[in-house]
Amino acid sequence: MNGVHDMGGMHGMGSIQNQVDEPIFPERWEARAFALTLAMAAWEKWTLDASRHQRELIPASEYLAMSYYEKWIAGLVELLVKSGLLTAAEVESGKPAPHSPRETPPLTAEKVLSTIARGAPASRDLPLTARFQVGQRVRVRNLHPTGHTRLPRYARGKLGTIDRYHGVFVFPDTNAHFLGEKPQHAYSVRFAARELWGDQAAARDGVYVDMWDDYLEPA
Amino acid sequence: MKADGHGPSQAHDHGHQPEAVPSDMSLRVKALESLLVEKGLVDPAALDSLVDAYENKIGPRNGARVVARAWVDPAYKQRLLTDATVAIAELGYRGRGGDHMVVVENTPKLHNLVVCTLCSCYPWPVLGLPPVWYKSAPYRSRAVIDPRGVLREFGLEIGEDVEVRVWDSTAELRYLVLPERPVGSEQLNEEALAALVTRDAMIGVAQVTLPREESRT
Repeated sequence: MNGVHDMGGMHGMGSIQNQVDEPIFPERWEARAFALTLAMAAWEKWTLDASRHQRELIPASEYLAMSYYEKWIAGLVELLVKSGLLTAAEVESGKPAPHSPRETPPLTAEKVLSTIARGAPASRDLPLTARFQVGQRVRVRNLHPTGHTRLPRYARGKLGTIDRYHGVFVFPDTNAHFLGEKPQHAYSVRFAARELWGDQAAARDGVYVDMWDDYLEPA
Repeated sequence: MKADGHGPSQAHDHGHQPEAVPSDMSLRVKALESLLVEKGLVDPAALDSLVDAYENKIGPRNGARVVARAWVDPAYKQRLLTDATVAIAELGYRGRGGDHMVVVENTPKLHNLVVCTLCSCYPWPVLGLPPVWYKSAPYRSRAVIDPRGVLREFGLEIGEDVEVRVWDSTAELRYLVLPERPVGSEQLNEEALAALVTRDAMIGVAQVTLPREESRT
């Protein structure tokens, strides 16, 4: 979706606030918001792509006004209700529905470090033929999907070169919507800064964007 | 507990004033946690353990050890640049938020900078969780269109003869910058080198420098 989250190249966002020795979680609720989001993901009711998309669905004016973990909590609550882990009434009241069964959490304290170490690889070992080769010139397709995509607006329609081959990866545009993983090859594509931003950019600079087969066509 | 439970006055307030009364968000998250615990959906000890992992165990000291090893061990550096995920796992760092790693090397003629314009992707196993500025609109919007201006804001002037490469983390690849080893650090061992490497240098918004005392000798 052409949302405000897709902010590469936008002007007017202000200067960078670099705080020295900033705590990992400046406020305790942020630590809890972070941990709740990870712990609830262990139920595997939604994909990482779906949780990213849920945050993108926050209305633009609110998205820009919210702090980082406010967005996480807003997204988490929506996912909890959509997935049926909570009802809207429970969220509203803060109380479990009468006679609701007591569940067993999938992530316990003992499993935390091993779960972190195991990660969740998005690569898939599939014998698919790559559509593009390193060094090949490509054009980014001019796509404007209304759902989730990892194709930033600033790169659409632009000419680039396949710089690096990454392997076969889950495709977020379908995976975010529970429409399957649609695994396909991913690459790092180099764009000359001037191809993206015109003559104001330095002639030798480049921007590298990771892209899947479905985003690209031969140039 | 609705998503709209915040006022515009709190917008962009990253000042984090000490609070006399709990904030809306503090109450809201506490209520959500209580509800999830009461329903058996969350183990509160797991939450403590997650917070502890990212506050105390997983952070930029990990990445600094990777960088220092690459500086002292050319064979390791080669492995790191060829298959970063495997080379980083040799030091015990792997998993969530860094399943697929790429390391990009700075040289006198090349400066790398990492961003996630679409959200906040960041190499967790080696750098921990990102600072607020990395996740915020000014950096996300400007890093790709004006990297030299952004670097200047961080106090880094990049010469015209140096190529700037910006890596936008749009897929599940996570990028770590291998900074240049500072001139004059030849006598330092791996541990002392690791102590010099900063988080910002591994994102690409700083260079690694010697403390003043050592650079004078």
